Order: sequence, then C-alpha cells, then structure tokens
Amino acid sequence: MATAVIDEKENKQLWGGAAEPMKASYGKLMMWFFLISDALSFSGLLITYGFSRFSHESYQGTVEAFKTSVEYWPIPEKVFTHIPFFHINAPLVFVGLMTFILILSSVTMVLAVEAGHRNDKQDVQKWMLWTIVGGMAFLGCQAWEWTIFITGTPEGLTVTDADGTIRQIFGASLIENEYGPRLFADLFFFITGFHGTHVLSGVVINMIVFYNVCVGTYERVGHYEMVEKVGLYWHFVDLVWVFVFTFFYLV
Amino acid sequence: MASVDTLHVGSVSHGHDHDHDHDHDDLPWIRKYVFSEDHKYIAKQYLISGILWAVLGGLFSLIFRLQLGFPNADLTWLKPILGEWIQNGKLDPEFYLAMVTMHGTIMVFFVLTAGLSGTFSNFLIPLQIGARDMASGFLNMLSYWFFFASSVVMLISVFLKTGPASGGWVIYPPLSALPQAVTGSGMGMTLWLGAMALFIVSTLLGGLNYVTTVINLRTKGMTFSRLPLTIWAFFITAIIGLLSFPVLFAAALLLIFDRSLGTSFFLSEIYIGGEALHHEGGSPILFQHLFWFLGHPEVYIVLLPALGITSEIVATNSRKPIFGYKAMVFSIVAIAFLSFIVWAHHMFVTGMNPFLGTIFMVLTLIIAVPSAVKAFNYIATIWRGNIVFTPAMLFSIGLVSFFISGGLTGIVLGNAATDIQLHDTYFVVAHFHIVMGSASFFGMLAGVYHWFPKMFGRMLDDRLGYIHFWLTFIGVYLVFFPMHYMGIAGFPRRYYSWTGFDAFSYTGETNELGEAIIKFADMNQLITIAAIITFVAQFLFIFNFFYSMYRGRVASANPWKSNTLEWTTPVNPGHGNWPGEIPQVYRWPYDYSKPGAKDDFIPQTVPFSETPESNLPNEVDE
Repeated sequence: MATAVIDEKENKQLWGGAAEPMKASYGKLMMWFFLISDALSFSGLLITYGFSRFSHESYQGTVEAFKTSVEYWPIPEKVFTHIPFFHINAPLVFVGLMTFILILSSVTMVLAVEAGHRNDKQDVQKWMLWTIVGGMAFLGCQAWEWTIFITGTPEGLTVTDADGTIRQIFGASLIENEYGPRLFADLFFFITGFHGTHVLSGVVINMIVFYNVCVGTYERVGHYEMVEKVGLYWHFVDLVWVFVFTFFYLV
Repeated sequence: MASVDTLHVGSVSHGHDHDHDHDHDDLPWIRKYVFSEDHKYIAKQYLISGILWAVLGGLFSLIFRLQLGFPNADLTWLKPILGEWIQNGKLDPEFYLAMVTMHGTIMVFFVLTAGLSGTFSNFLIPLQIGARDMASGFLNMLSYWFFFASSVVMLISVFLKTGPASGGWVIYPPLSALPQAVTGSGMGMTLWLGAMALFIVSTLLGGLNYVTTVINLRTKGMTFSRLPLTIWAFFITAIIGLLSFPVLFAAALLLIFDRSLGTSFFLSEIYIGGEALHHEGGSPILFQHLFWFLGHPEVYIVLLPALGITSEIVATNSRKPIFGYKAMVFSIVAIAFLSFIVWAHHMFVTGMNPFLGTIFMVLTLIIAVPSAVKAFNYIATIWRGNIVFTPAMLFSIGLVSFFISGGLTGIVLGNAATDIQLHDTYFVVAHFHIVMGSASFFGMLAGVYHWFPKMFGRMLDDRLGYIHFWLTFIGVYLVFFPMHYMGIAGFPRRYYSWTGFDAFSYTGETNELGEAIIKFADMNQLITIAAIITFVAQFLFIFNFFYSMYRGRVASANPWKSNTLEWTTPVNPGHGNWPGEIPQVYRWPYDYSKPGAKDDFIPQTVPFSETPESNLPNEVDE
C-alpha cells in the first residue's frame, strides 16, 4: 500500500497463486473477514436501534423544558449528565472521557504494533500493557455509567400502570425505564453490553498476547504478527464504539 | 520450521505449516480419527453427520405427511416410538408443528448448509486449488466440533417433554417468544437458539477458512480465472455466509433476551389467554427483517455449492468445456450480491409500504437473469456433448431440471401481487422444495457420486445409483408437483387439520358409498405415498455408500478422466494431499475435447508446451 504505483507484472504474479495476493498472511486475512462478519452483527443491532427509535414518538418541545417520559424518546444529553465525584450537570462529559480513553488505547495499540515491526520486545510490552490498562479503564467507566443509569435520579418518574395505579420508578432496567420508553433502556443495555463484551474479550486476548510477548513466544517465532492481529480487532472495537456513541449519545 | 513442528506434534498449534508434508502416522488415534485436522477427514465427518441428519429430517417429514395424507388413520402403531405424542391414535397437533419446524431447521441448516458446504468446501477447496490443507486446520477442526455440539443440543431438544421448537424454522416472534403460545416455545426454543448460536460459530470458523484458503493458498499458476467453478461457488458461498449469519446471530441474541430476560425488542403489547403481558414497544416485523436478511442469502448458501458441483460434473461428463465460464462466475457473483437486497419479498403480507414492496419485487425478479444464464449455460454445455451418463451426471441433470421448474415458480412468487394470493400456501412449499431443497439435495448427491472415489478410494455401485436416481427424481416431482395445484387452490401450509375447514375440504359431494368427498384428500394421499417411497429409496444410497466404502470396486486415480487437480493425487491421498511437490497449474480446468488434442481431456497440470497440437494462438506458458 505504501507505493502508489503498482507494478503490473508483480501484481499479476501476486494473484497467480503460490503468493499472498493482498500481501497479508492467512491469519491477518481471517481477522479481516471476521471483522467484516462481526461488523454485520453490530449493523443488525444498530438497525434494530434505528427501527425502534423511529417507531417511537420523538420529543417535540424545547430542550430546556425537557422532562423524561415513557411517551417519547429522550434527549441523550439530558440523560447522561453525571461525572464521578462532582454533583454537577455535565452532559456527555463522562462518556466523552470514556471515548477518549478508548481511542487513546487504540493509539497505544498502534505503537505496540509499530514496536512489533521493529522486533522491540521492550516497547511491545510497554504499549501492550498501556492498551490493556486503557481497555480496563474503559470497562470500569462503563460499569460506573451503567450503575448510574440503573440507580436513576432521586426524583424518579411517575408512571400510571394499565390498571390505573400510579407509582414512581427509579432508574432503568430491562423491564422499566425512568428515562423514556422501555426500548431505550433495553437497547442501551444490549448494545453497549454487546460492545462491552467485545472490549472485555479484547482485554483478555490482549493479556494473553502480552503474556506471550513477555515469555518471548513471538521473539522465538521471529515476528510479532499476533500483536498486529489483535491490534486489528482492537481498532475494530474502537471503531464500533464510535458508532454506538453516535447513536446513543449524540443523535 | 521442521524442528518447531516436531516440538508441537500432538499439541494444539499443529497444522500451521503448509509447506511441510505432514506424516500423521505418529499422531494418537484421537487426533487422527476424532479431532482430525485433515480437511479430507473433516469433510467426511461433515458428510456422515449430514447423512444422519438427512435421515432424521426426512423421517420427521414422513410423520407430518402421514397426518396430512391420512388424517383419519389410527397411528397407535407409532406409539412405541413417539410415546405421549400419540394420543387416542392421533398425532398431537403441537408435535405436528414441532416436526414441521424441525424438518425445516434440520434440512436447511444441518443438511444443506453444514452437510453440503461443510463436506464439499472442506474436501474440494484444498484439493482443487492445490493446497496441502486449509489455512488453519485447527479452526477447521473446531468448526466441525462446534457443528457437532450444535447437533447434540438440537437433538436433545427433540426429546424434551414439551417438545422441540415448534414456531416454524423461521421462528417468528411472538409465537417463538412466548411459551404460553405453544409448548415448543419453552425449553425447546431455548435449545434451538443455543444450537443455532453454536452453528453460527461453526459456519463462521468454516467460512473464514474457506475464504482465506482460496485467496492465499492457491498453487502456482492457479489464477482466479483458472479456478474450477466449484471453488468459485464455495468461495462466494462462504462470503455470503460470513455476511449474513452474523445478522441472524444478532437477531437470535435479541430474541434470547426477549424470551429470558424480559426485554421487548420484538414484543409489543400482547394479551394472551386473557392475561396482559408486560412487554411494550417492540416490533415482531423487525425480527422478520433481521431474519430474512440471513434467510434469503441462506437460500443461496444452500444452492450455490450445488450449482458449482453441477458445473464441474456437467462439463466433465459432457466431455465439453463449461459453456460461458466467465458468465457462470459473474452470475454466481450477481446472485450473491442480489441475495442481500431482496429479503423483504418474504414479507409482502406484513403490511409493508406497497412502494417498498415494488422495489423488492423488481430486485427479486432481476435474480431471474443470472439464474437463467446459469440454466442456459448448463444446457448449452450438455448440448451435443459426448455425454457419459454416470449417476453423478444424472443427478446433475436432475438438478438443472429442478432449478428450471422451481425457478419459474419463483417468478410467480416474486411478484408482490401474486404472492399475496399464494403466500403461505402449498405453492410456496412446492417452489422452495424444488428449487432450493431438491436441487441442492441433488447437487449434494451428485457430488457424493462424483467424488466418492477420491474420498474413499473406491467406486460407488452404478446400478444402485441409477435406481436411486430414477426413484428419487420421479419421487420428488410426484411429491412436489401436485403441491402447486393445491397451493393455487388456496391450500394453506403448516395446518395440522385441514379437514376441519370447509374452505379447504368441503365439496358437498358424496361418492358412490355415500361418504363425503373431501377436497385435496386424494392429492395429499398421493404426496404422502410418494414421499414414503422417495424416502425409502434413499436407503439404497445409504447402503451403497457404506457398502462401497469397504467393498466397492477399487478406484483408479482419475476415474472420470477429469482435468482438475484433485485427480492428480494418489488414490488415497494422505494428509498433505500430494506426496511430493504440489503440482503447478498451466491452464483452466475445462479443456475437454479440445480440437486437435490427442485425448479428450487435458489436465490442468499439463503445460501448453506439451500440447502444441491443440493450443490456441494466445495459449503460451508464462
């Protein structure tokens, strides 16, 4: 990819068999195809989100006068307003921080891959470790975010049941949701949870790779391609978060 | 690498070295005969699992066919097998639905996806592209064992007291989500979803292997334009699988949440048995969209490998190059592409916007173009060929016949206007059983007859093969052709008891004995009897298969005088396929009856320099 001009003859030989046409080993190729496949899973979920959202009413009034109700889809920046330790109204600040952490961990992953190209074991170790830390920090933030979402506001929301009883609900679960229609909470838990599971498995895989780096497995093999492969996965998880973030927090 | 390899013999990381000629004699038997990483052995595992599932799936269809063909018959004799599911000599209605569901699930996923793709992609990809094995033998092995685990879970569900899943193979919620609606939606459905999740993992691992192997492990000279059409079909099939199954995975996960954790993704406000459920806000239509986004490509996952196999067999046995090689490739790609943008033609009656329906209708009808290209190319290949009627060839021709007769009704059903009339009638059942079910089945059988010598080093018996073919071919048409007429007359699918509805049964006439004549009774009987005969005929094949495996005539290295690479291996290739160097490829695989050539076939491994008498002006070795 580095050279702009592709040698016609060389290109022909690449596709002529006994070669790796895209200059990617079968392992990397597999990872790419897996990611395409996984992307379709997330697409299915995000389409579910879009479908559900558009089958619900949207809020019509002014942003300032917004109050949560089960009747219409909430404005995300009115829902996610908390940051730890400060009892202030800080819309989307915390999730912005989460996103920043995850993107930063992608940067450290790039550095780990780059160190792998140089066969620099020390650097690979260092940057892999930072990536793991970043992933764990993201998961920690998500756990906190979920906790706040589940706990709810002190005021709660007053709802009228089908049989006429009036009661207060606090926070969100898979059955009830203080912030809006039930599906808002269902989808939030499911999709961020599905993404979180990906991050968690990414962290676990990174740890295994980190361990292998430390004991010198890749040094013996002579290359750090495994770091590159988990790197692809990690960037993918990061990229998916950008979409999840956009859907749940921004629009 | 050799030292590394010996270090790892018997360990998990084995099988990553392709240049190394494996000698697996030193492996413990469990890694040789159970957890094998040899693609040929995995293919056989898939094939035999597929055959077992096919028998079971066929048997299930007979159970519900008995009910349809002989609604008044006393089925007490089935009690020793079906137990509680026979009450007062009658088949339990819920069990009927369960059988319909399991028949569909088993045939579509376990037989025609795993049994077909799993067998032939595994077996033929490395052999025909000139590779020692799949890219990752380990993942390939995992792929089979995930399928096996999925099979076990699905099989267990059949023996549940509440019965297996019974909401149809399409598992539409709310029926599939609410155990109150039908008992099969209890534990049976949970196991169905669990089995399907495992199955999707299996297809994913298999598909990744197929795609990367075709791209990266072709032998020298094997350009994409020299790939046999089988490989093209498997390659595209694997890509379709990689793109569509994850969406089913997402839908299945959401459904699991709806069922087990109380979410409402697919469930709106529902009253059932006078009780208001707590669900609100979801949409069952959404599930149909997600399902058919897999479901329609799945049809081509099932069909394309069969078409690929047919291309190969038809060309070999017509002793002619395949007609329109490039057109065949383009039509495979076009069908694959179109398969992703037509899914809503399964949903014309969901109340969708007619304008949207029109778009899906037009896109659906466009599929007729590449399909017709394929059909014409098969016929043109056979046309004036020097045909050798092997059983494989007969089954391939049978496939072409089904592909045409079933494809024509596809045009009728693809039309939104006619589909609304025919939706959920036996017309639909007839259509997809011929064009997808039987055609793919025939492709699979053709493949087994053709590659059996390569798989087991022995030949299948031809005479049994011919009998098997004619019984099956006629049987299939006897079973499914009458269904068209019943469907046009409005006979609905999935009904347990059609005699209870005047619309489908009442004629007001009596026969000479004074008994009321029931509409459709004769046709249903005919279909059931034909189905039983067709099913029994399959045991000819099964006998032939297992008998010939040990007692069949010993095969020669190239029994069909074929050009492709698999026939350049020894009769019983070991792990690594070629004892020496991997052969190099110099030409496309369809040089049959080339004018001027000494023989009527020139294998791909013969350089142009050795065949000056038949070379075309542009044919020189690179």
